[in-house]
Amino acid sequence: MTSPGRGGPPSAWADAATGLGDFARQVLAVAGSELHKLGRDPTELLTRSVQPILWLLVFGQVFGRTHAIPTGGLGYLDFMAPGVLAQSILFTSIFFGIAIIWERDLGILQKTLVSPAYRSALVLGKGLSAGVRALAQSALVVVVTLVLGIRLRAHPAYWVGVVLAVAVGAAVFSTFSLVVACVVKTRERFMGIGQVLTMPLFFASNAIYPIDLMPGWLQVVARLNPLTYLVDGLRYLMVEGAASAFGLGVDLAVQVLVLALLVAVAARLYPTVAV
Amino acid sequence: MDPRAPDPAAEPQAAAISTRGLTRRFGPLVAVDGLDLEIARGTIFGLLGANGAGKSTTIKMLTTLLPPSSGAARVAGFDVVRQARQVRRRVGYVPQLLSADSALTGRENLLLSARLYGIPRGDAGRLIEESLRFMGLGDEGGVLVRKYSGGMIRRLEIAQALLHGPDVLFLDEPTIGLDPLARQAVWDRLLDMRARTGTTVLLTTHDMEEAEALCQTVAIMHRGRIAVEGAPAALLAEIGPGASLSDVFARHIGGSLDEGGGYRDVARTRRTAKRLG
Repeated sequence: MTSPGRGGPPSAWADAATGLGDFARQVLAVAGSELHKLGRDPTELLTRSVQPILWLLVFGQVFGRTHAIPTGGLGYLDFMAPGVLAQSILFTSIFFGIAIIWERDLGILQKTLVSPAYRSALVLGKGLSAGVRALAQSALVVVVTLVLGIRLRAHPAYWVGVVLAVAVGAAVFSTFSLVVACVVKTRERFMGIGQVLTMPLFFASNAIYPIDLMPGWLQVVARLNPLTYLVDGLRYLMVEGAASAFGLGVDLAVQVLVLALLVAVAARLYPTVAV
Repeated sequence: MDPRAPDPAAEPQAAAISTRGLTRRFGPLVAVDGLDLEIARGTIFGLLGANGAGKSTTIKMLTTLLPPSSGAARVAGFDVVRQARQVRRRVGYVPQLLSADSALTGRENLLLSARLYGIPRGDAGRLIEESLRFMGLGDEGGVLVRKYSGGMIRRLEIAQALLHGPDVLFLDEPTIGLDPLARQAVWDRLLDMRARTGTTVLLTTHDMEEAEALCQTVAIMHRGRIAVEGAPAALLAEIGPGASLSDVFARHIGGSLDEGGGYRDVARTRRTAKRLG
């Protein structure tokens, strides 16, 4: 091994590693590793798409017959399909943090934290890989909505927006999950809390009914819930004739701000998990 | 910038590792209690002791994973708290637990390390192939780590920790759970690596044979303090002819290997005690 004696080139490489380019490279390195793993075992993607398909096929079909929910001129299935897509992103992402507890229990996390990589790059890399994972999963859900005859937008520009919204939304909820994992630190507690969080986030949102139907206090909760903005954006971007309640700019801005906040918090908490 | 130019921020001619009153408390428990250590560059230094003696906590502080409660430590000339990034660039760490990612190949594990340490793409490929060959994994680079044996995983982890050419390598129980052949292979690679690069190594171990085989200096830790420190030969000579490091251990701390530690530690102790027995 010719490498690396003391005082050799390594410190020069490392000392150069302080810029934005290095931050980006570290993010991509972490995300790339995760995607390698996903590519090897895609069965998870298939099993994860079962639940949203059931929501569309069973829940959607039944509720569509009642005509009890005011959907602003959309068919009920058209209305709920983006909500189900957002839900599938939420349900997958919210358990993402368990990977960190797993890596901590093994020792992978400790080794990563001893490297000079930015903590925020390690966190964002994980979040980004969750985003790409969610895109693959979303593609399956969209295929099902096509089969069900949901009136999807035809112009590709909308779908570029869908890709962006899905990736950012998944990064938001998976980073939130990381924060939870950093706080609770054990698998058992994490699973319990994950279950407790998903249902309120889902039902206190505009995913399967409009916010206007809710009692006042719940409307407040729904407006604070980032899932609401993800659904609102996706509904406008995916469904022909759908309007956005808050405006696409607001939807995206809320997601990006929440993500930035969560990455900052997670980067601070991340090192404490190793102890 | 000339990569071989000395770093102006580092203390010149400093020891590889030096600590002053290094202390870590967990609530009422004092895991490491006013540790003063001075480890010269280029040595293999063994930190010995029972479970709960404070060895892993010491390593976590020296690798910047855990902030000290009080006291100070410098590694490769940099302060572990105030200059954590500089320290991280100059150390390699193999945790006691399994730290290679089993869902990736050996080469992919090394590639991730290369990128996190900012090794340029051009150098990374060459370094990765060299280090795989050096660690005796030349033909297994493309194999998923979950198919590796325990000894192969350890050698891969050491390769990962050495890829960026650290000044100081930390090994927490490097051969725990390995069979004698695999253990010997790890020892051979470590001794060979040190002869070639002069990297300073701090390792913790329960294994007295390991300490005798690898270390120029050992320190026996007990209840967060150093009970005794010296060259293995000198410590043995104090006891008398035919003595082993186990006897030194027994003399200085009463031979109780079973003190302290949680559930995970007990599982380790049982394995280790069997081997030592």
